[in-house]
Amino acid sequence: MSPVPALRHPLRSERIWGLLLASPALLIIGIFSMLPTLASFLIGFTDWDLLGAPRWVGLDNYSSLLADPVFPKVVANTLLFVVLYLVLDLVVALALALALNQKLRGLGFFRTAYFLPVVTSMVAVSIVWEWIFDPRGGALNEVLRWFGAEPIHWLSDPGTALPALVVMSVWKSLGTNVVLFLAGLQALPGEVLESAEVDGATGWKRFWHITLPLLGPTVLLVGILACIRAFQTFDSVYIMTHGGPRRSTTVIVYWLFQNAFTYFKLGKASALAYMLFGVLAGLTWVQWTLRKRWVHQEQDA
Amino acid sequence: MNRIVGLVVLWVGAFLCAAPFLLLIATSLMSYEQAMTYPPAFWPSPATLDNFSKALGEGALWRWFANSVMVAVVTVVGQILTGAMAGYAFARMSFRGRDLLFFIVLMTMMVPVQVNLVPLFALVARLGWVDTYQALIVPDLAGAFGIFLFRQWFLGLPKELEDAARLDGCSPWRFFWTVALPTARPAVATLAIFQFLASWNTFMWPLVATHADHLRTLPVGLAAFRASMRETTDWPLLMAATTVAIVPAIVVFLFLQKQFMKGLMDGAVKG
Repeated sequence: MSPVPALRHPLRSERIWGLLLASPALLIIGIFSMLPTLASFLIGFTDWDLLGAPRWVGLDNYSSLLADPVFPKVVANTLLFVVLYLVLDLVVALALALALNQKLRGLGFFRTAYFLPVVTSMVAVSIVWEWIFDPRGGALNEVLRWFGAEPIHWLSDPGTALPALVVMSVWKSLGTNVVLFLAGLQALPGEVLESAEVDGATGWKRFWHITLPLLGPTVLLVGILACIRAFQTFDSVYIMTHGGPRRSTTVIVYWLFQNAFTYFKLGKASALAYMLFGVLAGLTWVQWTLRKRWVHQEQDA
Repeated sequence: MNRIVGLVVLWVGAFLCAAPFLLLIATSLMSYEQAMTYPPAFWPSPATLDNFSKALGEGALWRWFANSVMVAVVTVVGQILTGAMAGYAFARMSFRGRDLLFFIVLMTMMVPVQVNLVPLFALVARLGWVDTYQALIVPDLAGAFGIFLFRQWFLGLPKELEDAARLDGCSPWRFFWTVALPTARPAVATLAIFQFLASWNTFMWPLVATHADHLRTLPVGLAAFRASMRETTDWPLLMAATTVAIVPAIVVFLFLQKQFMKGLMDGAVKG
């Protein structure tokens, strides 16, 4: 007997089995993820307080958002947060990754230490950092006092609240970026670095002219991922500052949350959500395009 | 010289990463009076476990802890089952619309959770699920990351294995459970640690979906506990409760660190 008929039957049933196996996941994702994504877009064009029926208002939410005096403040806060976070995060993570990228005993120990904040809940670390920033008896002011500094009201001063949140966020996510940078450094062609060393390029010069340009793709990837994360900041603001003082820490997701669940303006919140979505989708698109190009370049080379 | 500078940087970095945790533990072992002395003390003397017995004695913390464990365990198991099945289907079976469906699933990874927040709450409210465990669990029973992870794994499974099983009259269903899934242990471990940590630490959705105190998960409960002492904060008591909340995540991470790092690279670099 030839094996062909024995094969044909299962192949036909494969179509049914395939869909059957995929269906639990597809149902869950379809109902609780794709459907809300589409609904959110439509809700953005309605006036809705959750209790009554949504009323179609066209682009009113978008125009009232742009006219809202809080909106420019929120955009400025968010951008300031993202930029500060990005710069601090990249510099510190790269420095640590460079220090880790040598034949070193105890690499695992350092990596674990840098990762403890990453795996801890943002709510928990926000509470701990609230205690650190506490103007009366907090650790930061106490350390500064050793150097003769006056106590600072970190979280209740509009000038310092947002930078304080940035510092905490960098601390929280540092480990991820150190690991990504380290992987990028270890993938660099060793011969190039070695020949540079033979040519007498050392230290800072070698880093600036050889290592950093070669690391470009990794820096961009890590930077975009960091941007996406920073735009979504919420937990720390909710716990530590409630968007204040004087709205100085009201970033876009916190304002979205307030619109939805404090003011019950669900249409406005959804419009805001789609603005955020647009920005993040743009960043993701840039990341994908760049990565594709680099992969091609690598293959050509 | 460079080497020494590097080591100094690493040690300073490690200290700064660990310092808030040391402060957390030290404060949790202090009496309220000691924490409030000025200038503040960093070392608990005498050390006391009173804050822990007080935090756990109030009952709510245990309840939040149990809720978090339950939600995390059920969503981990759910994601592994649905993710493995779908990942296998997308990797090894041909059915109509397969590639398009997989592409759409991948696209959902790109959507920030905040975009879905309002309609998801409206949906859950319509289903009558506000203040239920379903609200915390069901939307998280499947996810694109798990499907992606398992698909990658099953793409590497040798075709001959399937052909041999097919000739033996083994159905795809049986082949999946008895041959394919047992090989995928590394993918299971990676997804398990990622989903456990995600579930254990997630805040925004449980904050929106639950209002009753006894249904809160740890992060939401902790936030409410913190807000309840706005006037005067009992930092040692708060630090004890916070310690209880973070220990499981750190223990899980320390045990499954290797899988976590691997998953991180897969997610960031290939995903």
